[in-house]
Amino acid sequence: MKNKKDVAPFIEIKGLNKWYGDFQVLKDINLSVLRGEIIVVCGPSGSGKSTLIRCINRLEEHQKGRIRVAGSDLTDNIKNIEKIRAEVGMVFQHFNLFPHLTILDNLTLGPVWVRKISKKEAEESAMFYLEKVKIAEQAKKYPGQLSGGQQQRVAIARSLCMKPKVMLFDEPTSALDPEMVKEVLDVMIQLAEEGMTMIVVTHEMGFAKEVAQRVIFMDEGMIIEENNPMDFFENPQNERSRLFLSQII
Amino acid sequence: MKWIKKNLFSTPFNSALTVITLFILFKTIPPFIKWAFIESSWFAESEVCKSGSGACWSVITYNLRFIIFGFYPYEEHWRPFVSMIILFTLLYFTRNKKYRSKALLYFWIAGLPVMGIFMKGGIFGLVSVNSANWGGLPLTLLLAVFGLAAAYPLGIMLALGRLSKMPAIKALCIVYIELIRGVPLISLLFMSSIIFPLFLPEGVTIDKIIRAQVAIILFTAAYVAEVVRGGLQGMNKGQYEAAASLGLNYYLSMRLIILPQALKIVIPPTVSILISAFKDTSLVVIIALYDILKTSQTVLSNPKWMGFSPEVYIFIAVLYFAGCFSMSSFSRKLEEELDREK
Repeated sequence: MKNKKDVAPFIEIKGLNKWYGDFQVLKDINLSVLRGEIIVVCGPSGSGKSTLIRCINRLEEHQKGRIRVAGSDLTDNIKNIEKIRAEVGMVFQHFNLFPHLTILDNLTLGPVWVRKISKKEAEESAMFYLEKVKIAEQAKKYPGQLSGGQQQRVAIARSLCMKPKVMLFDEPTSALDPEMVKEVLDVMIQLAEEGMTMIVVTHEMGFAKEVAQRVIFMDEGMIIEENNPMDFFENPQNERSRLFLSQII
Repeated sequence: MKWIKKNLFSTPFNSALTVITLFILFKTIPPFIKWAFIESSWFAESEVCKSGSGACWSVITYNLRFIIFGFYPYEEHWRPFVSMIILFTLLYFTRNKKYRSKALLYFWIAGLPVMGIFMKGGIFGLVSVNSANWGGLPLTLLLAVFGLAAAYPLGIMLALGRLSKMPAIKALCIVYIELIRGVPLISLLFMSSIIFPLFLPEGVTIDKIIRAQVAIILFTAAYVAEVVRGGLQGMNKGQYEAAASLGLNYYLSMRLIILPQALKIVIPPTVSILISAFKDTSLVVIIALYDILKTSQTVLSNPKWMGFSPEVYIFIAVLYFAGCFSMSSFSRKLEEELDREK
C-alpha cells in the first residue's frame, strides 16, 4: 500500500473544462504529474497554458472536471485551498514581489504567518535560499531597487521558503530583458537537478530540452501533443506542433 | 535684480499683474499690521478698547478661560487642561517615528480612559462634572480625535465590505455608504439629537456628546470608505495573487500585503477628509453643544465685548489652522517615511 502511494500522481487533472463567459479556455484537459517530474507547457499565446497552471493552485476556478493536488480535491473549501496553496509554489511573469517589504521580509512573510515558524528560523532559511539564488547581499533592499532578473530570482526564493512540494512557473522569463534570462534559467535548472517537481509554462526551448521530462503542447485550450522533449523537438507528431516549432526556432 | 526682471516683468502683461498685486498688498497688509499689532491693545478693559482704533485682543485674554473651557466649573479647569496636556504629549510622540512602538500604543490605550476620568470625575475624589457642562477646546478635540480615530478603521472595514464577494455584506455596505453620503452632516446631527431619542425606551438616555460623536464617526467613515476603496481597486491584481499563492488567508493578505500599500496610496485624499471632518466638528453648535466656536460666540454676545468679532474669529481661525496644518504636515512626513521603497 505504501508503495502505491509513492507512485500515485502528485497532481491529477481529469476532464478539466473552464469557460470565461461563453468562451471556453480549457477543453477536456487530462494530466498527471508525478513527484520529481519536470514538465514544460508550451503553445501559442491564448492557448490556455497559463490558465491551466493557475487552476492548479486555484487562482482560477474551473467549472467542470477534477483537480487533485497532494491527494486532496480542489473544491470551494477555502481552508483546503489555502492548505494546497502553501504546498504549491508559484512564480509569476511579473514577479509580484511585495514592494513595501524588504527582500528578507518578502521571504519570511509566508513561513512566519502561514507555517507559523519563528522569525529567527524563517530568516535563517530565507538567507539560505537567497544564497542559493545568489542574491544574499541584497537582503535588506526593497524590490524596486533590484533588476528584473534579480527580482525574479527573489520571487523563486520566496516560493522555496515555503518548502513547496511542487513549483509552478508562469512564463518566468517573458518579462525580462534578454541578458537577464540566463540567470533565472540557471536557478531553475539547478532546482530541477535537485529533484523539485516543476510545471513550467515557457517559450525557452533550450530549458525544455535540457531538463524537461515531458513537453506538453497546447493550442486552443486543448492538449495537442504530449511527448518527451527529444521526440517533440526532433519529430513532432502533430501538424500544429510542427507549425509552432517552426515559428519559434 | 535679474531674477526680478525675469520672473516679474518678463512681458507687459506680467508687469501689469506685478504692479497690481503690489498695489493690493500695499493697500491691505500695512493697515492690517497696524490694526493687529501696532495700535492694538492686549490687556486693556473693554471700555478703553472701544475708544482705541486698533484690534482689541483683550477680548481673548480676558475671556480665554471661558473660550477654552466653556461652562466647565471654574475651579476644575485644571482637569480638562491636564487632559489636553496628555493628549498633546501623546500626539507629539506619535508624530516622531523614533517613538512609534508598542509601548506608545499602550500609552494611548491607558491615556484615553485617564483623560476621560479627568474630564468626568466622580472617582478618586474628583468632583463629578456632568458632560452637559463640557465645552470649548476640550470638546472640539474630543469630538475630533475620537471621531477620526474611530472613523478610519470603520471606513476601512466598509471599503473591504463593499468589495466583498459576499452579496449580503456588499449590499449592506453600499446602502450604508450611499445613504450616509446622501445626507448632510447637519441632518445626521439633528437626527442623533432629536429623532434618535424618540426611539429609546422611557427613562433611557444616551449622552448628547456621545450621540454627536457617533454621528460624526458614521459620517466620516462613509467618506473614508470610498477613498480606501479607490486605493484597493488601484492595487495590482498580481499582489492579491502573490499573497494568495503563499497560502495567506483573506485577513492576513489584507493586513500584511494589500492594506499597507493601498492605504499609503490614499494618504493625501484621506487626510483631506480627516481635515474637513475636524472642521465639521464645529457643526455641533446646532445641537447646542458648546464647542470652541460656540463658546467664542457666547463671549461676543456679552454686551461688554460686543463688536469684537474680528478679533475672536481670527483667534479661532488660528486655532483651527494650527490643528489642520499639523495634520497635513504629519501626513506629508508619513508619506516621506513610507516612500523609501522607491
